[in-house]
Amino acid sequence: MAFDYEKYIRPGKLPHIWCPGCGHGIVLKGLIRAMDSLNLKKEETAIVSGIGCASRLPGYVDCCTLHTAHGRAAAFATGVKMARPEMNVILVGGDGDGTAIGGNHFIHACRRNIDMTYVIMNNYIYGMTGGQFSPTTPHMMKASTTPYGNPDPSFDIAKLAIGAGATFVARGTAFNASQIDKLIAEGIQHKGMSVIEILDDCPTTYGRRNKYKSVIEMMNRLKEVAVPVKAAEKMTAEQLQGKILTGVLFKADRPEYCAEYQKVIERAKGGAK
Amino acid sequence: MSKKVAFLQGNEAAAQGALYAGCNFFAGYPITPSTEVAEVMSIELPKVGGKFIQMEDEIGAYAAVLGAALTGKKALDATSGPGLSLKQELIGYACIAEIPCVLINVMRGGPSTGMPTGPSQSDVMAAKWGTHGDHASITLVPASVQECYDMTVQAFNLAEKFRMPVLVMPDEIIAHMRERIEFREPGEIEIINRTEPTVPPAEYKPYDTRFGDVPPLAAFGSGYKFHVTGLNKMQDGFPTTKAEIVQAEEERQVRKVMDKVDEIVDFEEFKMDDAEICVVAYGSTSRSARYAVNAAREKGIKVGMFRLKTFWPFPDKQIKAIAAKVKGFVVPEMNLGMCSVEVERCNEGKAQILTVNRVDGEPLNPEQILVKIKEVK
Repeated sequence: MAFDYEKYIRPGKLPHIWCPGCGHGIVLKGLIRAMDSLNLKKEETAIVSGIGCASRLPGYVDCCTLHTAHGRAAAFATGVKMARPEMNVILVGGDGDGTAIGGNHFIHACRRNIDMTYVIMNNYIYGMTGGQFSPTTPHMMKASTTPYGNPDPSFDIAKLAIGAGATFVARGTAFNASQIDKLIAEGIQHKGMSVIEILDDCPTTYGRRNKYKSVIEMMNRLKEVAVPVKAAEKMTAEQLQGKILTGVLFKADRPEYCAEYQKVIERAKGGAK
Repeated sequence: MSKKVAFLQGNEAAAQGALYAGCNFFAGYPITPSTEVAEVMSIELPKVGGKFIQMEDEIGAYAAVLGAALTGKKALDATSGPGLSLKQELIGYACIAEIPCVLINVMRGGPSTGMPTGPSQSDVMAAKWGTHGDHASITLVPASVQECYDMTVQAFNLAEKFRMPVLVMPDEIIAHMRERIEFREPGEIEIINRTEPTVPPAEYKPYDTRFGDVPPLAAFGSGYKFHVTGLNKMQDGFPTTKAEIVQAEEERQVRKVMDKVDEIVDFEEFKMDDAEICVVAYGSTSRSARYAVNAAREKGIKVGMFRLKTFWPFPDKQIKAIAAKVKGFVVPEMNLGMCSVEVERCNEGKAQILTVNRVDGEPLNPEQILVKIKEVK
């Protein structure tokens, strides 16, 4: 029997705003399958986002949803999680929202290792505003504000998350749809800050400017550059040139923030300082 | 039983007032001269099972407060000028999404870094006009340590009642001076909590105006599912660009406050019965003004003081009534003229208006105010 997405989608809220060929819908379906596989209660799940195309995702999901201001999802979500640690807190958003304007909140949520799951849809561009370069736009690629090629170096979101202290970091692609739900589900189950970067595409504002002839070509690129971590172990540095690792990239066991604060409460109540 | 009495600083008293009001969540970022609020909350909140978090920046602190408030917490943030500037976008978010919360903003010199340890009253306009878009503001201005306590309680009550952000803005002098204060007994001040929905979750709409201009607010995690956004929204919380809905919702969010101005606005009239001159003052400046009024009265000058306790909504009705009676206003402020602009608006050209302004980090002294009182013709 086909998977029933309807039970998690808010009635009357589709069609979504995303362009034909955009991968965000693939991520939405992956998220729903992940939630379903864990039997997450909708009223016990908060989905928090910032601003941008990807940040419109919460509006479609029948949970406690919070569409915040640009870049602030991780900070709002930290308040939600601290206040109600029993809730599942899932963040969604794009590369610009999460690592430019929201970069500070992102790294500090990782540092605290607070039990939230951040799904970042990385399509290398500010899509909603018409295709300006983001912190993940590769060097020399074209955007509406890099007409002569992007002079900036780019962020590796997964490395950023690991460096900042996230204890579960994974990467998937919009091409490999069946892997997305598994990575998200593993992230949600992990006790601590989990970051799942999904390499995505924006045919409308990125593909068009960068000579991708079709969505299929963009999807094929994702397929070609992705190398599962296991497979990469057997490959030479030369073979890995230009490739991007996918799968669970990092996992560590470190005290979770809400649990640590519970200890603060116990110490304070016990009269210790 | 005698009341608990303490010798506290304004910031400490504000924190104690927040706890009395039932505050159970604090997020903040260190900034002079408001940091003591955070320090007290970091000690006291965990003792009662509340949560304290020091965030990575000012914007993050206010964001965490809004997130916590949506789960049903009574949430507080404390800051000063630069922090107030940084939080402005999210103050607008709290207005449009209608999230109850309290921000204590201790006024120091500005613009920018200004004079971090010096007092000022130059944030009163930023409190109302700082965030973009139309919205109502409730801003309280304490003039004593006791008022820091009481007004923080009142701020939570107003935030919960009107489902919106409320600001408490002591100037640095009030926030850092020490005075004797009385802790309130349980029940001595009524504690107001937000109206929660009575409809079953399936029927709940977060902006359901069938219940009036301040719709009930459910908490995330309490069994209710709903959507919150900073976009213009419909009664069900989802975004809309439909002209008539946007217009109606915007107007409601201002009306919910402005229709209740008489209930919200608080003030003190001092020796105003026969006054021919009115000093309009607030915060620490009102303490110098009181001294000046007494000194002028000794010289036979019929002068009184109207002290603002609520800066926003501005007490238009009261100032208009005074304007019709007196020959002049004297408006002393630690800024270059902010309250005086509002007094001018309400005065409608009737009485003479003299201002006394100081932005050098020093308090206005009674003599400066007395000189102006004598200048009123």
